Amino acid sequence: MAMKDVPDNIFMTSLDAAASWARSNSLWPMPFATACCGIELMATASSRFDLARFGAEVMRFSPRQCDLMIVAGRVVMKMLPVLQRIWLQMPEPKWCISMGACACTGGVFDTYAVVQGVDRFIPVDLYVPGCPPRPEQLMAGIIALQDKIKHGGTLNGTEFGKRTQPTGPTPYDLDELIRIREANEKLISLN
Amino acid sequence: MSAEDALKSKFSGDELAFSQFRDNHRVVVPAAKLFEILAFLKNEQHFDMLAEVTAVDYLEYDGAKDRFGVVYVLVSTKSGERLVIKTFVNDPEPLLPSVYSLWKSADWLEREVYDMFGIRFSGHPDLRRILTPDEFTAYPLRKDYPLKGRGERHNFPVLTRAES
Repeated sequence: MAMKDVPDNIFMTSLDAAASWARSNSLWPMPFATACCGIELMATASSRFDLARFGAEVMRFSPRQCDLMIVAGRVVMKMLPVLQRIWLQMPEPKWCISMGACACTGGVFDTYAVVQGVDRFIPVDLYVPGCPPRPEQLMAGIIALQDKIKHGGTLNGTEFGKRTQPTGPTPYDLDELIRIREANEKLISLN
Repeated sequence: MSAEDALKSKFSGDELAFSQFRDNHRVVVPAAKLFEILAFLKNEQHFDMLAEVTAVDYLEYDGAKDRFGVVYVLVSTKSGERLVIKTFVNDPEPLLPSVYSLWKSADWLEREVYDMFGIRFSGHPDLRRILTPDEFTAYPLRKDYPLKGRGERHNFPVLTRAES
């Protein structure tokens, strides 16, 4: 059958592209909102900014029904096992947005109690900077993620299996090790 | 007779230091006598409420002779009086008697002091960490703890995308 015989309402595409197109336009976010970024996340979903325009308005508080985790706000060390468990409970395929300075890097909370970037412990697909980011920024992030899904997605998720390295730096970075060593030396000189 | 006068007459042989700032009455007591004095204030001076137990780290503090000060704030619900009792403990094994047998509120307050400063309370029924995770190994409110960055992260797994 020649191409000219194909009716107008029939499209030729690959299965990967069709699945990715469908997935990218129907993201179901899991709002892991722990701080002021969560308020901006709610504003993004509300009528003024209207996340529904991009097909991502169905916030579900059960990880079993979600495929996009939005980590909005700082995560303390005691919350980290919860975050990891929720991430593991989400069905494939799934993506993760790290929203705001605290989720990306720990932000101003450079203390013993706060995770210095969730990407040290869970895989992250997209970072939205800002403190907190404007709703427009988050929407730009979601559009960028849709782009990413459309261009790199596969039907059975083989692109995920290739990411065998952790997304972020090691939990102990060089600065931290230096600080620990200096603190020990100071302690020895005092005693 | 005020509680301070009662303390003065009852524990006249001990080194108690009294001071006052406005309506804030303070007594510094030796650690060895702490439990006896607190029991006296509870049982005979109707200080029936323990409002606060906290600690201060005097590391590198000008003129300080001891490492830790532990502060007990007592309240009398009958008269509304408040009394601040302070004592000092030192490294390497800071240890005080628990006052859980006098006031039940000492349970969590002493656990918090233990969690943040590493001061142990003998006789406490359940001395565990209360705020930081159980895997935590340091005492974060001590002055020799680094101000920035350090978190006890060794026990958490790192998830990669391929395995999750």
